[in-house]
Amino acid sequence: MRETCLDQVYELAKHDARIFFIGSDLGVNTLDKFKKEMPERFFMEGISEQYVVGMASGLALEGKIVYVNTISTFITRRCFEQVVVDVCLHNLNVRLIGNGGGLVYAPLGPTHLAIEDISIFRALPNMTIVAVADAEEMKRLMPQTVDHPGPIYIRLAKGYDPIVTTNEVPFRIGKALPMRVGGDALLVSTGVTLKLALDAANELAAQGIECAVLHMPTIKPFDADALLARATVAPVIVAVEENTVIGGLGSAVAEVIAEADFNSVKRFRRIGIPDVFAKHYGSQANLMEHYRISAAEIVATVKHLRGLRVN
Amino acid sequence: MNKPKTHSAVLDRRSIELRTRIVHVLGRGGRGHVGTSMSPVEILRVLFDSVLHYDPHHSKWPQRDRFILSKGHGCIALYVLLQEKGFFPEEELWKFCQFDGILGGHPDPKVPGIEVSTGSLGHGLPIGIGMAVNAKYEKAAHRVFVVLGDGECDEGSVWEAAMSAAKHKLDNLVVIVDYNKQQSYASTYEVLDLEPFAGKWRSFGFSCREVDGHDVTALEQVFRHLPFERGKPSAIICHTVKGKGIGFAENNLKWHHKSSIKDSDVQELLKALEE
Repeated sequence: MRETCLDQVYELAKHDARIFFIGSDLGVNTLDKFKKEMPERFFMEGISEQYVVGMASGLALEGKIVYVNTISTFITRRCFEQVVVDVCLHNLNVRLIGNGGGLVYAPLGPTHLAIEDISIFRALPNMTIVAVADAEEMKRLMPQTVDHPGPIYIRLAKGYDPIVTTNEVPFRIGKALPMRVGGDALLVSTGVTLKLALDAANELAAQGIECAVLHMPTIKPFDADALLARATVAPVIVAVEENTVIGGLGSAVAEVIAEADFNSVKRFRRIGIPDVFAKHYGSQANLMEHYRISAAEIVATVKHLRGLRVN
Repeated sequence: MNKPKTHSAVLDRRSIELRTRIVHVLGRGGRGHVGTSMSPVEILRVLFDSVLHYDPHHSKWPQRDRFILSKGHGCIALYVLLQEKGFFPEEELWKFCQFDGILGGHPDPKVPGIEVSTGSLGHGLPIGIGMAVNAKYEKAAHRVFVVLGDGECDEGSVWEAAMSAAKHKLDNLVVIVDYNKQQSYASTYEVLDLEPFAGKWRSFGFSCREVDGHDVTALEQVFRHLPFERGKPSAIICHTVKGKGIGFAENNLKWHHKSSIKDSDVQELLKALEE
């Protein structure tokens, strides 16, 4: 996914002289062809994220479209105030590409786990947040990032994630993608949790429970209309994300449905990273399993909620 | 510990009049950074009188020099000069910090002549570098001027940016430090000593000069030599006095910021300016 994303930056830059790229201290040979063919628009600025985001903002104030890339934790936490004041306050065309959103860097420990990137950026006016599910969806996203007005945070997954998206529903920034229909429950996903939602829906279907799956690659602005259209008819709603349950997708869903004045009773749960720092290493898959961000957990949650009595 | 420098140039009539305006703006707002607005007056005056290229009636003129007051809390001095040059009507000055005004306690780009919101310190130089890199890319002749506060130079982002300015050989970039040697709590020597300050800028790859920041002639002369060296960013350390021109406020930390300025305070400030 990262390779696809950066390849796209290169391809887009070849055809659009407004596009600049800034890295902090990325891996050797990253975007070599960009550097070789368009050196005047390629910058590797060192481990100085506060400065890098400011520099990107200066370029964007001059009309450039600036893609900035480094590890998610550093492009969100380390330079948070620069993102707020320089990028968001001025509503600039800066694209922040964060490597390893969520639990990807499990073996490196909590300093590198971007567990709250979505939450903290959701609170920022003007920010757009996108977490696609796979490399194919990334290909559909990237061309739209060029002329999208204002800042975008692009959360990258681990890479080589299974391809689960199709182009049947046109991808548009800001729009949810209905992936499956079903009247017994609504599963809402973002990023790589789409696969978990689809796997859970298949398993539940085998047990006679039909789930709708709504994929929300854009978490901000939040496609509340698409959610409400499906939540209105769903007795059970489950949001699944690889982010802290505080302030991310689950919170966005909760905010919308809590204020929806439904006439019927709804049962709702968030599945995501609990409010703790990771105490274990291992792999992303290990931590996902540990935090019960899994298809099995979705299946169990849906069945549990369906079994609750309505008084 | 070095003692703060207190001797500096005597103010001429224009400098006193600019400060008089600043005091009136502070009075209308009923609050504001007093000492901090006084120390950069001559720096800004010389920049807007004889250094910067700009068009007040076309504030986004592409060939303009970019000017960033990174120490945004000194904004009243800038507002007074921008208004005097015709960037916006005088009535806006008298709505300082008011709900329906455009002039707040920190600069905002909705004000003609302001490039960027500053106020949170350590942001102006990184942004200025982005602008200077763009000017080089576009082979444009305009320059980028960034005024930093001395206390602001405590921020690590200033030095991250400084390293990069030299790396990119930004001789179209000018850093100007309002070195009044006072920050909010105490002197810069006590809170976080910047010395050897000029040596720091030089070691970061800048060509650096020092000047009396209240001496108009000396300032004009130093700006005439920009860039100081081809292929290097320039830094000008301006030795200034916080509260300059108002005897009882000079180097007096109580006058760094006032959250309440009454009419009687305004009268005292105006009287002191004429003494």
